[in-house]
Amino acid sequence: MLKFPIYLDHNATTPCDPRVVEAMIPFFTNNFGNAASRNHPFGWVAEEAVDYAREQVAKLIGADPKEVIFTSGATEADNLAIKGVYEMYASKGNHIITCNIEHKAVLDTCKHIEKEGGEVTYLKVKDNGLIDLAELEAAIKPTTILIAIMYANNEIGTVMPMKEISAIARKHGVLVFSDATQAVGKIPVDVNKDGIDLLAMTAHKMYGPKGVGALYVRRKNPRVKVTAQMDGGGHERGMRSGTLNVPGIVGFGKACELCLQEMDADAKRLSGLRDKLETALLKMEESYLNGDKEHRLPHVSNISFKYVEGEGLMMGFNKNIAVSSGSACTSASLEPSYVLKALGLGDDLAHSSLRFGLGRFTTEDQIDYTIEQVTNTVNKLREMSPLWEMFKEGVDMNSIEWAHH
Amino acid sequence: MAYSEKVLDHYTNPLNVGTLDKSKTNVGTGLVGAPECGDVMRLQIEVDEATGIIKDAKFKTFGCGSAIASSSVATEWLKGKSVDDAIKIDNMEIVEELNLPPVKIHCSVLAEDAIKAAVNDYRVKNGLPEIKFDDSIVH
Repeated sequence: MLKFPIYLDHNATTPCDPRVVEAMIPFFTNNFGNAASRNHPFGWVAEEAVDYAREQVAKLIGADPKEVIFTSGATEADNLAIKGVYEMYASKGNHIITCNIEHKAVLDTCKHIEKEGGEVTYLKVKDNGLIDLAELEAAIKPTTILIAIMYANNEIGTVMPMKEISAIARKHGVLVFSDATQAVGKIPVDVNKDGIDLLAMTAHKMYGPKGVGALYVRRKNPRVKVTAQMDGGGHERGMRSGTLNVPGIVGFGKACELCLQEMDADAKRLSGLRDKLETALLKMEESYLNGDKEHRLPHVSNISFKYVEGEGLMMGFNKNIAVSSGSACTSASLEPSYVLKALGLGDDLAHSSLRFGLGRFTTEDQIDYTIEQVTNTVNKLREMSPLWEMFKEGVDMNSIEWAHH
Repeated sequence: MAYSEKVLDHYTNPLNVGTLDKSKTNVGTGLVGAPECGDVMRLQIEVDEATGIIKDAKFKTFGCGSAIASSSVATEWLKGKSVDDAIKIDNMEIVEELNLPPVKIHCSVLAEDAIKAAVNDYRVKNGLPEIKFDDSIVH
């Protein structure tokens, strides 16, 4: 029996795994101590739990536990990495290279850096959502201190060539920061093999709780330092002050442990379901896959259904199925997704997109139901769409003078 | 953002979806919006030439649920109205009817514009001068 609503928006957030919640609960009540209280058992228990979680987190990304700085989430980790490096390495230079499909937490932080007098190069991605490595290398200058490229994109799931990016960075003595929010726990991420110096992650995208994340900061080859962005008690090796969110951190650790154990099996199962969904939906006329088919996360598919509008499309089934759209109507700005536009999609295709994000608890029944519902709604709305009618009649839509507003 | 019952109702069971023969002189067609903006509305009226009364109205809309519902309401209201009364339909009446939130007011404006465009198309086809409308405020 299908239970509604079905959740297919796992790139937005994931449910907490019950095993994660179970691990967290004692740390709200009995083990409520402050991890910084060094002089009594309450503090010791909390500190021990945090240390253990730090090991669990570090292990998932191939890091040393000492290199993990707990934060409130990936946005804070992004801010700390970029602003922290910009301030710490000011004597070396003021130039940062990033790309135009980064998350807003990176892009807006870079805009902030520009206001502070820094210089930022925004590389344009190719139409498959990947950056051009030659362009990256050409953008490096003597003043470049940081390359900030996301591990995997949140809208289209495209996975960037991190090893190649870091090899270029190493050659020029530039640090690499990667917002790996979407990748960690879903695909193997190893800071040493990938050559990453700073890496942002968050628990709630990997079946952990909201409000906790981490920044990995390399300690060896090279030793990286970031300037703290909050003043206070000097927690987390002075890089991030604030009493540690012990239950959250414990849950984060458990979530990482589970991902490490189950990632391969999850990825295999989910890519199978994703491919089933995608194959069925792409069979429809005038439907297009967005992003690279090869280099991407196993659980994401972003598809444009031409001549129907994304929000209108979701309305056909969103009582029962939760997905997201790159349509303007779903955002406050009334602008369609900048990520899809960066791939060179026209605004019309960006408006027509849906993102399906599968997760650990997604079942085949849910996928079958989704295929049926989406197909039916697309067909129904196309019957209602003047653009579909014009397309069917062979009208050249570029020849029409549209009343832009 | 949850949709109002009425929007959902019109979205699920839209009234007057279809196409009228635009080559007929008593059919007026209004096509407004743009694909890049995420909504395009085509609204058509068929006028009884003897009485000047709109005897049928049809629409096709590419857009969100509120845009579809606005077109559905507009076409329903048009039927039985005279062409002169049709252009008196104000977008705010549609907003009230469907309980549209502020972010969706542009959908009702689009419907009002579509009505005006359809009426003008009808007028031009029948040798009448186009009516100059003030630009809508909300776009």
